[in-house]
Amino acid sequence: MELIINVLAATVVAGTPLLLVALGELICERSGVLNLGQEGMMLMGAVAGFAAALSSGSLLVGVAAAIVAGIGMSLLFAFMAVTLAANQYAAGLALTIFGTGLSAFLGAGFVGSSIDGFSRVAIPLLSDIPVLGRVFFDQDPLVYVSFVAFAGVALFLRYSRGGLLLRAIGEDPEAANANGLQVLLVRYLAVAFGGGMAGLAGAYLSLAYTPLWTENMTAGRGWIALALVVFATWRPERLILGAYLFGAASILHLVLQGMGWKSSTELLAMLPYLVTILMLVLLSWNPARTRLNTPLSLGQPYRPGS
Amino acid sequence: MGLCMTAAIRLKLENIVKEYPGCRANDGIDLTVGAGEIHALLGENGAGKSTLMKVIYGVIQPDQGRIVWNGHEVQVDNPAQARRMGIGMVFQHFSLFETLTVAENIALSLPPDEARNRNQLNQRIREVSERYGMALDPRRYVSTLSVGERQRVEIVRCLIQETTLLILDEPTSVLTPQEVSALFATLRKLSKEGCSILFISHKLEEVRSLCHTATVLRQGRVSGDCQPAEISATDIARLMVGDDTPISTQVTAAKPGATLVEIRGLGWKSKDPFGTSLSNVNLDLHKGEIVGIAGVAGNGQDELLKALSGEIRSGTGTISLEGLNIASLFPDQRRKLGVAIVPEERLGRGAVPDMSLADNALLTASGQGLVSRGLIRSGRVRAFSREVIRRFGVRCTGENNTAGSLSGGNLQKYIIGREALQNPRLLVASHPTWGVDVGSAVAIHESLVRLRDEGASILLISEDLDELYRLCNRLGALCDGRLSPLAPTSELHIEQLGQWMAGEFESGEVAHAVA
Repeated sequence: MELIINVLAATVVAGTPLLLVALGELICERSGVLNLGQEGMMLMGAVAGFAAALSSGSLLVGVAAAIVAGIGMSLLFAFMAVTLAANQYAAGLALTIFGTGLSAFLGAGFVGSSIDGFSRVAIPLLSDIPVLGRVFFDQDPLVYVSFVAFAGVALFLRYSRGGLLLRAIGEDPEAANANGLQVLLVRYLAVAFGGGMAGLAGAYLSLAYTPLWTENMTAGRGWIALALVVFATWRPERLILGAYLFGAASILHLVLQGMGWKSSTELLAMLPYLVTILMLVLLSWNPARTRLNTPLSLGQPYRPGS
Repeated sequence: MGLCMTAAIRLKLENIVKEYPGCRANDGIDLTVGAGEIHALLGENGAGKSTLMKVIYGVIQPDQGRIVWNGHEVQVDNPAQARRMGIGMVFQHFSLFETLTVAENIALSLPPDEARNRNQLNQRIREVSERYGMALDPRRYVSTLSVGERQRVEIVRCLIQETTLLILDEPTSVLTPQEVSALFATLRKLSKEGCSILFISHKLEEVRSLCHTATVLRQGRVSGDCQPAEISATDIARLMVGDDTPISTQVTAAKPGATLVEIRGLGWKSKDPFGTSLSNVNLDLHKGEIVGIAGVAGNGQDELLKALSGEIRSGTGTISLEGLNIASLFPDQRRKLGVAIVPEERLGRGAVPDMSLADNALLTASGQGLVSRGLIRSGRVRAFSREVIRRFGVRCTGENNTAGSLSGGNLQKYIIGREALQNPRLLVASHPTWGVDVGSAVAIHESLVRLRDEGASILLISEDLDELYRLCNRLGALCDGRLSPLAPTSELHIEQLGQWMAGEFESGEVAHAVA
């Protein structure tokens, strides 16, 4: 029993960075903008967070720096993809390549340094719930932030006027403009939210998950998040499922290794990616529901008044 | 009284000028719309109607001119401001979001505080829609609504914002006759309550029955103001096209020759549960005649066209072209035998919007020596394309224009010309003048008659009864995938045709028996 609880708790931890970055990308894509730069923004967030926390001695300063770095990167992207209406795929890929290189350059001096990362804070009462309390409410503060972010995004999309604006603009920016909606502004905000969340996800890696900086420490999580958003058919409740599934599979491969599973570690390391994609493909098997949630203008540059 | 009159002017435009690179879309336009007035804005494609509407609705800014709204000079910066002022617009291509519900669509254009309480909003939508006879369920997704219902959403969206000037861009082009009369009833009611209406249309008879006043535009200028009920449709058309363009074609009598096409027992089962199946269609077409098929949209017209073009080959029965059964041949094989098709959708099926006119010519006319050993002979393609442009009076800057950049009427002239220049033996044309301006429509009709006189056999599928009566020497109707008997146009009463359109006939008899 103790083992199961530990595995489940570790699952939540492993799924958290993915959940954070994917929630940001979901909002971004719902506005019709596809940002392939998640990996680059996460890496910049991770290195900025780690550097700021190390030099200031405050983890909160680190988190703030990571978010700012992510937003800064995303605004660079927004300027190319939204203001200049450049090809979103190319601009996003460029951002990832840029972020990967820049973070390695900036972080070179921090390799080998270490800090005390976020520690677990049990929430009174809630953490006393059998099993679930230990799994969900005896975690580090950023995990709680991810819960709040999930609830916020889900409620925002379903109930708020802002969510309605976002969905409308993602479906048809021309019609939205004809209706007097501020397409470019909303897209900028959505991209910036995506950047902030990616930065936060990066901070989670370098300040909580493994409190250190190594080059390329995101290990493709930004790409998995992009796939996750698509296969979750742009719905937050499926996104969280997919993120924890990924977490579970990554923990499983560690557990299997620990149990002396006789297989190549490379094959086992592949497992989380494979399992997550397979499950989500099976889940997204309803064309009608998918149709209602797909941002139709995704990836298409839009210039107002043309 | 005099004071009252000035106060009753809702919108006054003075000397509006809007210039685009290479064209002056609006060249000093004056327009006055009174309170509660239904005012028609008429003009051919490219006359400047849509530019003027965009100016009023704040989508674009005029280069010169004054806009006076309820007695005050205003500047309309964007559509949101126009709506706050009380100007509402119903677009020709609806600006609705399909993945949202009716209520969500409407909430998007309301101020946030009015849209917050969804139950209250639903209630208001129901009230307004019932009051004006346009039943709507606010909770339905727009993707499940018919075209007519979507238009209602747009109108209700305007009315809920207490609109005092409603602009409608070609609102009837997508509606059935019943829906048109319902819409007109709504508009008249609105007008009585003091709402001004700016009604953009091509259909002169509709304008005459609905509108109090009309402003006619030609080439960016006002060519006349009139009271449409007082003058004839011909006079209005004359204002629209100028003195040089003929308004209607004098169609000479056809001299039908030998039988070219014999369709026997043509049937096809639709796989789509909402689709129309063809059943036992029998039809003879002679050389040198135009045969018209009437019918309400969705009664098998599209399926019949596809069965003739070769897009549908899985049906039963035979289609013989001078004795050769072509029912199982592919479209390109039929084309080689002299079958030409002008489909209903100009963009997407008749032509590829993003491709140049020359490349579009190549799509169906490759058999005219435009391709040699798999390589495109671009000199010949361009020459062919220029020939179409010249002979059929297509207005464009050259064969390098993309198809999508042409107005509907010009593109249709190009498509008909492309087919006609290939000397088809059989031409099937579906709604060739749908949404086309008067001048282009006349040119298209003349092209069809010329082709007929050269000995081609033409099948004309149309919902425009005037057009069918004018051009065809025999007429029939499709209803629910069944074809009525055909009768010579001169002997066929319009009431009789109406009954056929409603399905009141014995199907299955050989249609040429009456002829």
